[in-house]
Amino acid sequence: MSLFYDARIRAFLYQTIAIGAVVFVAWMMFSTASANLAKQDIATGFGFLARQAGFVITETAIAYEPTDTFGRAILVGIANTVKVSALAVFFGTILGVLVGIGRLSHNPVLSRLMLAYVEALRNVPLLLYLLLWYSLIISVFPPVKQAIEMLPGVFLSNSGLVMPAMRWASGLEALVIALVVGTVAAVVVTRVLTRRRIATGKEMPVATIAAFAILLPLTLTLLSADISVSLDVPELGRFRLTGGYHVRPEFVALLIGLTLSASANVAEIVRAGIQAVSKGQWEAATALGLPRSRTLKLVILPQALRIIVPPLTNTYLTVFKNSSLAIAIGYPDLVMVSNTIMNQTGQAIEAIAIFMAVYLGLSILISLVMNWYNARVALRER
Amino acid sequence: MAQFEGFVADPTLMAPAARPPARDRTWLSAYFGTPGNAAITILCLGTIFGLAKLAIGWLFVDAIFSGTPAECKASSGACWPFLSAKLRYIFFGFYPFDEQWRPLTAMLLFLGACGVSMMPRTWGRALAAVWIVVILPTLYILMAGGIFGLTPVPTTQWGGLPLSFMLSFVGLACALPLGIALALARASSLPAIRVLGVGFIEIVRGVPLISILFMATVMLPLFMPDGITIDKLLRAQVAIILFAAAYIAEIVRGGLQAVPKGQIEAGHSLGLHYWQIMRKIVLPQALKKVIPPLVGLFIGFFQDTTLVTIVGLLDFLDTVRTAMRDPQWQGIAVLEGYVFAAVVYFFFSALMGAYSRFLEQYFRTTHD
Repeated sequence: MSLFYDARIRAFLYQTIAIGAVVFVAWMMFSTASANLAKQDIATGFGFLARQAGFVITETAIAYEPTDTFGRAILVGIANTVKVSALAVFFGTILGVLVGIGRLSHNPVLSRLMLAYVEALRNVPLLLYLLLWYSLIISVFPPVKQAIEMLPGVFLSNSGLVMPAMRWASGLEALVIALVVGTVAAVVVTRVLTRRRIATGKEMPVATIAAFAILLPLTLTLLSADISVSLDVPELGRFRLTGGYHVRPEFVALLIGLTLSASANVAEIVRAGIQAVSKGQWEAATALGLPRSRTLKLVILPQALRIIVPPLTNTYLTVFKNSSLAIAIGYPDLVMVSNTIMNQTGQAIEAIAIFMAVYLGLSILISLVMNWYNARVALRER
Repeated sequence: MAQFEGFVADPTLMAPAARPPARDRTWLSAYFGTPGNAAITILCLGTIFGLAKLAIGWLFVDAIFSGTPAECKASSGACWPFLSAKLRYIFFGFYPFDEQWRPLTAMLLFLGACGVSMMPRTWGRALAAVWIVVILPTLYILMAGGIFGLTPVPTTQWGGLPLSFMLSFVGLACALPLGIALALARASSLPAIRVLGVGFIEIVRGVPLISILFMATVMLPLFMPDGITIDKLLRAQVAIILFAAAYIAEIVRGGLQAVPKGQIEAGHSLGLHYWQIMRKIVLPQALKKVIPPLVGLFIGFFQDTTLVTIVGLLDFLDTVRTAMRDPQWQGIAVLEGYVFAAVVYFFFSALMGAYSRFLEQYFRTTHD
């Protein structure tokens, strides 16, 4: 009996029981599942990834044909998920910062309007908004047959926006490389000049030099490289539009829904972050003669960023996970592609395991990137 | 420099600068103080006016208040007859028509009980006992029937707003103890327990709710031995409970971290063991701190229950959607249903949001 009262032995006992229980449940589930699958004649394992998918994906961020493999289809799903969440995070952050600052405006009309905006978005489920935007797009715009031609070659209808696309035969790679080189050069030049200005007080036309650094490689490439590009202009047929670049209503509805919901959350975080900066900072900046807008930009926001970044990470992760609601309106994201694969192969366990693993992996990746950024903006204490 | 020495002695020197500019004194300056500000005000008022005109036009001016689907089709405004024709279906789904007083009573009883329980002065063991012994069994009997001469109604026929309330409320009520246990596991000094806790919490928080719902509805049946089938509603409910527990665990962890270490050490020096310290010293302090964020979380889960419509349960959003797809009204009531559902969700979410702010204020003034 005295053994049972030994803290170490009890600790060992508890942990053994906990691990044993988990292992036992896992083993039981595994054995019943394999028995059930064998009985229902469902294949197991990830061999299906190499087989031909055979289904159409309406929106492909990377090249895909129905003759490609299931593995490729999943990659398309991942690319679509990443595309829509990255765009929603980008636009949502800009919109959210503006709304969050507007919430703190001294103008009562503006601050109340922004409050109404945030409350309207936060108190209604995102899924409802997605369905609402989608049915609005479908019902407000005319069917394809009567598509509105806004500009020559740009058609707006309830199957989305179709516009001319550039088809690159050659030279795209060279241009992309030139753009990357130019951007890196511009960033480096800006940094060096800023450091010099702080050290010596000498002003230089930084913006002009940076613009020059970006444009120079591009111009040189345009002049020297072999570039051939053709314009693919959509044509209005009897029942559908052919050619061109197609922005589908599913994508637009999902992007609008995710962007707005992200912006409302970002706005609340930005507002709380700005309010957390002590009032003395405002007063000190005012005493130095800075106007309100420059105070905000130079004094308040850099300090607020430290408070803002950790909750912002959570919001970005939420946007990324919420993009899975795409399945409700038919945007082919990772979950929807996996669902199709699940229905075609019957391999539910593998399909769900794959998309959960991808979400988990990407969530961790986003956390790491944001933690790195957080470490950069955090207060550096000497 | 000389006149600054006379700063105190000669107030007239500073008097003009100390007086605020005249334009700051009128209330109008907040709206039209500077040209930029005036532009913002006019822009905002224009937006509000435009939205209000759009809303009033759609809701009242162009709306059809009574009539047939054909009349609605001809008009560009809201179609109120759709709502009045479909209201009972939207609220109660496929629940037998003649028995719909039962979910209505259950919902009113639930909301009334919630209203009373929202007052902090009613909190205590007695309230918990009333909920467990009286209210929840009554709600279940009203919904399911089978005794007291009530016709049995299978869960496949449950739907609408009562289902949404049930999924979110039962979800949170069951997830709370599980979440607390997970938070304690995560803070435990036993490495194996801690790893299990962290693993569960991080995996569940790293994936979307829809994937867990898929797991519960598509994958779980494969893990069940032959002949055992679990009700679809129950499976979705379990998925929501597990999902909520991970998020609650993270909030409770914050509360646990806020309890000073001296409290635990004091407990040890009194000779209390782990569970006594947790139950009597740490948890009461930690939980009190996390009640307002928990209410905030609850708003999120109330909205997240709409996701069960994707796996085919008839929650409130789903009854709204199926009502709009009714052949008689198809293509006519495109927005009416969604706008109505949005208003209902907004009402309950905003109410809970206000309650969360009230609690924050309540705890700040009475306990700190």
